[in-house]
Amino acid sequence: MLGTGIIKGLIETGRNFAGSYYKAERLTTVQYPEEKLPPEENARTIPFLVYDGEDAARGLRCTACTICEQECPPQCITIVKDPVKKPDYLGKMQLHPKVFDIDISVCMECGICVEVCPFDSIKMDQVFELATQERFNNLLLHKAQLSKPNTYFQKIHPTQAAEIDAQRAEDQRKAAAKAKADAEAKARAAAAAVAQGQCLVGRK
Amino acid sequence: MTAPDVMERIEPVPSAEPLEKPIQPRWTLSRPKKPAATHDFLEVSMGPHHPSTHGVFRMDVVLDGETVVKLKPVFGYLHRNHEKIAENTSYLGSIPYTDRLDYICSMTNNWAYVLSVEKLAGLAVPERAEYIRIIAGELTRLFNHTCLAGFLLQDMGALGTPMMYAFREREKILDLFESLTGARMMCNYLRFGGCRCDLPPGWIERAQRVVQDYGPFLDEFEALLTGNEILHARTKKVGVLPAALAVNAGVTGPMLRASGVNYDIRKVDKYGLYERFPFRVPLGAHGDVFDRYMMRILEARESLGILRQALSEIPAGPVIDPKAKLRNLRPKAGEAYGRIEAPKGELGFYLISDGGPRPYRYRVRPPSLINLTILEDMCVGHTIADAVVILGSVDIVLGEVDR
Repeated sequence: MLGTGIIKGLIETGRNFAGSYYKAERLTTVQYPEEKLPPEENARTIPFLVYDGEDAARGLRCTACTICEQECPPQCITIVKDPVKKPDYLGKMQLHPKVFDIDISVCMECGICVEVCPFDSIKMDQVFELATQERFNNLLLHKAQLSKPNTYFQKIHPTQAAEIDAQRAEDQRKAAAKAKADAEAKARAAAAAVAQGQCLVGRK
Repeated sequence: MTAPDVMERIEPVPSAEPLEKPIQPRWTLSRPKKPAATHDFLEVSMGPHHPSTHGVFRMDVVLDGETVVKLKPVFGYLHRNHEKIAENTSYLGSIPYTDRLDYICSMTNNWAYVLSVEKLAGLAVPERAEYIRIIAGELTRLFNHTCLAGFLLQDMGALGTPMMYAFREREKILDLFESLTGARMMCNYLRFGGCRCDLPPGWIERAQRVVQDYGPFLDEFEALLTGNEILHARTKKVGVLPAALAVNAGVTGPMLRASGVNYDIRKVDKYGLYERFPFRVPLGAHGDVFDRYMMRILEARESLGILRQALSEIPAGPVIDPKAKLRNLRPKAGEAYGRIEAPKGELGFYLISDGGPRPYRYRVRPPSLINLTILEDMCVGHTIADAVVILGSVDIVLGEVDR
């Protein structure tokens, strides 16, 4: 009979309408500015720089190697190296960025900078309310705005942060053991040299 | 010497009824002259900001009363130099740009691109990664097809309801993608020789739940729409595309299969691990808009079967070939064409390498653009309101048409 299809469809709409009053899966609207869904753990928006400890200037992991600058597809990263070297977490002398800018109006949030970074220093943030009224000033983020502590990274990406922290602790332990072994070897060599010197002295 | 006729080069597809229309697409023929002017025609420029044109797309329509006499699709408003940009970035840097081609189905775009780079560089893909690709690709097909049905109904005037129901279900799949890749639409997930990261814990169970709920949703969606008399009246015998014309115009995907041609690259090429998955290829009988709508629903149902099998069989193991390099990939000089069955049709990437870190030539074969060229042949003789519905059934995304 003509019209049965329409009536069947209307019954379906009615079921959805009635269901939306008591079934959670039919009521999917979230009243956005008042309530917000928690982001997934892997969610990514714009990049930020991680630093260890309390002081952003001292603990910044970035070594200004410029790999992210080269690999960034829309080329939104600008790095200027600081010629003064500072020791990193393993005690090695490393360069640091004097300028590290990300133009987030250009950034396309792909996460390639994170993948290619060999120092685990650039990571993806989860902030998403980035609209500003300023056309230029607030969209070019500088080093000070980009630097965020490791505790923040641990909060937003717990699994990934735990892996990286374990790896870094292991590296530090190895570096300390190596430094200790080196120091011992040096001391032994010095002692041996002294002993040999004494022998030589004795022979004279 | 003149070029051989199109019909001589392409074998005609056997068709049940003799065709009355010319089989060549109109744009390959010399333009038909305007009919003798017994009365005035009205030329309407529909778009580029018309809500029914799915983006910035314009149709120059010549109307006789309400009937379409001539139609010229005009595109290029969203052109953003995708191919040239890709020739100036590394192989890795192009992957996020491919997300933005067909911005509804970013996973399949990634897949077609990495497939052609893998052919070029000779990389193998671990089994687990192939399964993840199939799962991601079929989830994409699932929501693309239901959303298309929603958009099509929106074009017909069914404002809101079907599209919102489709979007409600799509949201669940986008949540899965966000949990897996970090982004809902611009996934940037596949890499040469595998995938970027492994599945997060509990993801498979979540995906299984979504797939389990999708079958009942499709039943509900069909109860809402398929029997509807208004849908039948608006779509049956509208925009008929004969099989021979579809083949000659290079149409692929659900549009070609709706015309009754059995051509699915998942079956023809057997790329990935698709030969392990028994699935049927639905075929249409008439090639009208209704067949194209049904094709989407039936393909979504077949995708559910593939997903169920893939999610239960997925093996453990690495997700990326350890030999694959992320940075500084320099494939040997040569060329490769990788193609997949994207939800909209055959999506191919043609790459030429000169041994450098960037492709020498990069070319996309977008299904939307090539399916769109046949629009005039389907629209002439129908009313202007039908032209909107026919355009909706082609399933275009302007990001891919214009690149």
